[in-house]
Amino acid sequence: MKHLKAINKKAQRIEQHIAAAHGDIYALQQGGGSPAARPHYPVGCSIVFSPGWEVDSAGGTAGLCQPAERDLYDCYVTCYWPAQVPDHYNNYPDWTSKCASATKDWRNIDLVFP
Amino acid sequence: MTATVTPLSLGEFHEFRVESVDFLYLVPSGGIFAVSPAGRQAILLLREQPLAADELLAALIDRGYAKDDAEEAIRELFEARAIRDPRGHQDLPQEPVADFPLQSLVLNLTNQCNLSCQYCYEFGEDKVATPDGKPKFMSETVAKASVDHLLASSQGRRAIHITFFGGETLMNFPLLKWVVHYALGKAKEAGQYLDFSLTTNGTLLSPEIIDFLVEHSIGVTVSMDGPKEMHDALRVYANGKGSYDILAPKVKSLIQKHNTRPIAARVTLTQQVTSVKEIFHHLRNEFGFAEVGFAPVTAAPKRLYTIENNNMDRIFEQFKELAVEYRDWAIAGRMHGFSNVSDTLAELHAGINKSHPCGAGLGLVGVGPSGDIAPCHRFVDSDAHALGNVMEGGLDKGKQKEFLDKGHIGAKFDCHSCFARPLCAGGCHHEAFVRYGDTGHPNLHFCDWIRGWTDLCLNIYGEIAVKNPAFLDQFEQRKPLQ
Repeated sequence: MKHLKAINKKAQRIEQHIAAAHGDIYALQQGGGSPAARPHYPVGCSIVFSPGWEVDSAGGTAGLCQPAERDLYDCYVTCYWPAQVPDHYNNYPDWTSKCASATKDWRNIDLVFP
Repeated sequence: MTATVTPLSLGEFHEFRVESVDFLYLVPSGGIFAVSPAGRQAILLLREQPLAADELLAALIDRGYAKDDAEEAIRELFEARAIRDPRGHQDLPQEPVADFPLQSLVLNLTNQCNLSCQYCYEFGEDKVATPDGKPKFMSETVAKASVDHLLASSQGRRAIHITFFGGETLMNFPLLKWVVHYALGKAKEAGQYLDFSLTTNGTLLSPEIIDFLVEHSIGVTVSMDGPKEMHDALRVYANGKGSYDILAPKVKSLIQKHNTRPIAARVTLTQQVTSVKEIFHHLRNEFGFAEVGFAPVTAAPKRLYTIENNNMDRIFEQFKELAVEYRDWAIAGRMHGFSNVSDTLAELHAGINKSHPCGAGLGLVGVGPSGDIAPCHRFVDSDAHALGNVMEGGLDKGKQKEFLDKGHIGAKFDCHSCFARPLCAGGCHHEAFVRYGDTGHPNLHFCDWIRGWTDLCLNIYGEIAVKNPAFLDQFEQRKPLQ
């Protein structure tokens, strides 16, 4: 900053915070911004390439890139949007912990009664 | 749809100017910034009246600043919240997390003392302790439970701290020795760094005790009130005889031999003892204390030793003169030893913004001989303030929360417009209880004093930052809670 010079440690942190906010969105291919700004990588189903789980090229579900069962909880963890699944960040960090493989273990996803 | 333009107004900060540099102490955050002439001009304009951003920009351009420069100044001030949208709410520090890990334990090894200082908060007229029927000396069982409590409650802390206190701490030296050995072993097992300190009146120091303190790098604070006539005014034995002559040779020997930790003196100022500069130079130069700190006595108004207002002004004048001396020494790169200044500078350097005035009941607790846990050593043995017992279930989280909720800056409405609140947060819980009967009451009788002191220390901080910034490096490491 040019007009404010940070003198104490708190001021230096404020300065870093402001600098980080300036580089809020940028392309990862271009180096990913300043270290202070990390982690600012894109998350969520709208920007991650998550190929379809509806039907495969033959019209069935056997050849999908990810199993159809993954649909049960795909909004969990990968998406910040408040979907109708338990929230990973605060209340149900272990919701899918017993589900190691979607096809085999999907029945083990916990029941949640908020 | 047209958006309504909100005028900008000033945020919350305290300005000071040193050596033709303008500084802002941003109150809600504790940040200290030097501000450019353009930034300063923007502040002056907004002080006259709220202006929309484009009006402020036009006014700055009118005063000869380039458009880009002026825009940048406004944006930076806005981002640091020195200027803001007036509809913004007030920022107060958040509540600390509920399971805040313990860092410091004060063990009152005994509530007995060989002196009868008239102003003593443990035995004097304003005592909060209710020691009847409780043990006078702490047992190994209680000490062990206390140390175990500290280790169990300090999970995740790299460094923890035990302070020995009394009564007169050294009246229970055998237990002190036992605790040092026991706690060091336990801390080693837990992989934590543990250090010790003690507060004493100095009269019971012996060569054997001094050797032990040196060997284990135990920090020592001696309660002393200055030269003989001042010290002996109130720090007396039960027969009224002063304690200066007894402690002076012992304390000098301690300072001479103890080379592993700096030795500090802690002076209690009273209506009778106010010669701050004389006391400081006596203790610093004739005794060789590394640091000397002062605090006004905690007492209800109108006690014989309670400092009256005119004397508080006199004390402040001397604090000021000593602080200026500190500043000049600091600029020359020398350690002065007036610890009231260095403590404040350390907090200003970190830019701390306190939710509570101190760590009492939060990262620090006191334990009395009965095992009762108190918010700090000053509340030990007080039934009304006990926060559980180390022998019976440890810290009572409910009582702790009640104490902390009361003491939180958010509950002290008088403080909400004060620029000194990031450091003061309403002041000592114990002082508040003695004065107002409520640990959560702001110490309003000290407000002018605290604001004067904070402003003085900000100026000193600014001047050191301009003239010898390397001196401030010593404050990079945070001191453990005292």
